Amino acid sequence: MIETRKHRFAMYWASACGGCDIAVLNLHEAILDFAERFEIVFWPAVMDTKYADLEAMPDASIDVTLFSGGIRNAENARLARLLRAKSAILVAFGSCANEGCIPGLANLATTSGLLTAAFEGPSTDNPDHIRPAAAFHAPEGELELPELRPLLATLDQVVEVDYRVPGCPPESERIAEVIGLVGAALDGNATLPPRGSILGGGKSTVCDECKRDRNSKRIDHFTRLPLLASVDADVCLLEQGLPCNGPATRDGCGAKCPAAGAPCIGCYGAADGVDDFGARLLSAFASVVDASEPEQIDTILNGLPDPVGQFYRFSLAGSLLRGARAAREATQ
Amino acid sequence: VTRLTIDPITRLEGHGKIEIFLDDQGDVEKTYFQVPELRGFESFCVGRPVEEMPALTNRICGVCPEAHHLAAAKAADAAYGIVPPRPAQLLRELMYCAFYVTDHTTHFYALGGPDVIMGPDAPVADRNILGVIRKVGLEVGSRVIETRRGGHRVVELIGGRRIHPCTAVPGGMTKGINAQERAEIEAIARQMLDFAAFSNELFATLIADGQTRDLLLGDLFRHETYYSGLVDDKGRVALYDGRIRVVAPDGTEHGTYEPRDYREWIAEHVEPWTYLKFPYLRKVGWKGFVDGADSGIYTVAPLGRLNAATGMATPRAQAEYERYFATLAPPTNGVRPPVHVRGAMHWARLIEMLYAAERMLELVADPEITSTDVRAMPTQAPTEGVGTVEAPRGTLTHHYWTDADGLVTRVNLIVGTTNNHAPIALSIDRAARGLIRHGVVIDNGLLNRIEMAFRAYDPCFGCATHSLPGEMPLEVVIRDPRGETVGVLRRGD
Repeated sequence: MIETRKHRFAMYWASACGGCDIAVLNLHEAILDFAERFEIVFWPAVMDTKYADLEAMPDASIDVTLFSGGIRNAENARLARLLRAKSAILVAFGSCANEGCIPGLANLATTSGLLTAAFEGPSTDNPDHIRPAAAFHAPEGELELPELRPLLATLDQVVEVDYRVPGCPPESERIAEVIGLVGAALDGNATLPPRGSILGGGKSTVCDECKRDRNSKRIDHFTRLPLLASVDADVCLLEQGLPCNGPATRDGCGAKCPAAGAPCIGCYGAADGVDDFGARLLSAFASVVDASEPEQIDTILNGLPDPVGQFYRFSLAGSLLRGARAAREATQ
Repeated sequence: VTRLTIDPITRLEGHGKIEIFLDDQGDVEKTYFQVPELRGFESFCVGRPVEEMPALTNRICGVCPEAHHLAAAKAADAAYGIVPPRPAQLLRELMYCAFYVTDHTTHFYALGGPDVIMGPDAPVADRNILGVIRKVGLEVGSRVIETRRGGHRVVELIGGRRIHPCTAVPGGMTKGINAQERAEIEAIARQMLDFAAFSNELFATLIADGQTRDLLLGDLFRHETYYSGLVDDKGRVALYDGRIRVVAPDGTEHGTYEPRDYREWIAEHVEPWTYLKFPYLRKVGWKGFVDGADSGIYTVAPLGRLNAATGMATPRAQAEYERYFATLAPPTNGVRPPVHVRGAMHWARLIEMLYAAERMLELVADPEITSTDVRAMPTQAPTEGVGTVEAPRGTLTHHYWTDADGLVTRVNLIVGTTNNHAPIALSIDRAARGLIRHGVVIDNGLLNRIEMAFRAYDPCFGCATHSLPGEMPLEVVIRDPRGETVGVLRRGD
């Protein structure tokens, strides 16, 4: 009897929330098929992980690694490099690894600002203004903590990435498709797209998946959900004045948030061919604004009280705006 | 001084690290439990619109986003001074109870429970979900999957998505549910209740085994701390809303307070060698890593909630609750003492699973559950608000201050596992002192006991840092006084 080798699979979280791992576990019964096809060689979320074994693996011996989470400290970066070396295919999995996600908003602050917010908080009892430090001289000996990097980096700011799966987290149906495709490609029954491609995302925008009616209505101001007494259940949220990130965001999620009455927050990242999420969203907003003079447009855009959060909520760390250059410098 | 470093294999990821220092006799002098991760949500949420906080703070933890989503929505409600319409409150609680059944199921069958189901001496390779399925049958395994799928389906129906829900907003919810969705949720709730009842029966048969019972409910991890949890107006366990009741180590009431007054009752101690703070009872004070009535250390999560309450609000959970206390803490002089043994958390968790499923059936039968009156409008400018829920791993508090436009100016978070930080440190210290004598280390015993201590608490350093609950792979490095490695112990070797 000929035994076919199972494909070797790894999954790892760097600075992450664990939602990407839960999304993979939410394959439910399909996870059993997955286990038939892949040998899980490294996945801290669900199995006893021997780090030394990972180090001992030959280079490129893991067929595919899903890497979630951003690079927040020196240890995250070291694991990124190690998994890059050990993996034939390294996938930036989920928003954190691809573009920084919500934790990437920390790049608006300094490290000392982060520490002050945490350790001088309103319920903190810290009369001596203690800050946890990378090295501490305890009476019994030295204690160490990993040092925070000055900025949160995306995976591709630290190592080369083969493929990207967007989403916070990626939807389980898309994950099933990606795993199916990668498995088939490893079997020789399918061809993967060119390196660097997006897997598990659409080629259009969330608006194209959204079932709400668009009437090409223009708006003369932006409003906020707590101030909008009645939200029409069937009409485009943007046309009702709610800042919805659908026009700049990649499809593939099923447009679940707008379907549930909540504006798209942009977790699937920039739509195909868009380099800068914020720039695309700004032009999309400008196109629905009922104004022709730049001053009028400025006034209307003043209705967006948190521009950096609105335009770079998920993509700040990966954007040209903030973080990329400094993060590369910190890596070198 | 000899030094032991117990470091998750993931030390290079920063999940958590234990340092044990021995004195000249080779006995434990001091232990340090370090959490080496910080993401800074308190800092970078400043400047964001308060209505976005339920979506932003979801991303603190992908294991319990429902808890952060609802604590944030409640804090935003309070900041605007809005009381959401009753149907919105029902929907939030219904989603939350479905999440509880799901989360507790994951813990019992996949994470911490395998210690109980397989027995602590079972081979490591069997102490996981696959071993559990082999022992209790494939049918149970498929019911675990079915329960988890059902729970995520309810979260999607009410919360809009399965992970990181999006529908709770200041003043209520963005949407309700229709009659068809209600019927689907009711069917899922019935399945969940059957499974919760089965799980409690399974636990009873498991602890009928003397060895399992002794290891789980014996005194190795017994700490006499204070206990804290949300209760309803009758003092019974509450998950979504209520007041916080705190009991002393002898079971008498320390106090009951509104969550918004938490700063009068709770303070957080800072140590320079870890990024995670140590909350304690302000009126008792921080006395270091010791238990007892003079130390302000308190315990939360299932053990804390059941101890702090006077009962359960649903009949089958109440019957289990009575059996639990009659077995583990019979009354002395008419006072029911708390259960102090940490292994009882597994049992307490299953009682909560039963309660959450029973409560789902009450909520889904409420005539207002399909109402479309799910959001109220603010009538005043926002200022400041506190939102508290019981996350599966402990009381979760979000506190926001805003400017008049509703932009956040300050954030304070006390997350579930953080409340248990000091008790977890106590259990680690106990394990070390119990198992290291005169320089003799019981190698695998040490690893197993410490792992069991961790898993009973179901720590979620995803909230504090980013590790899923339960599985804390350990590596022990033994170093001589110069820091040279003299031996390495690793689980599974």
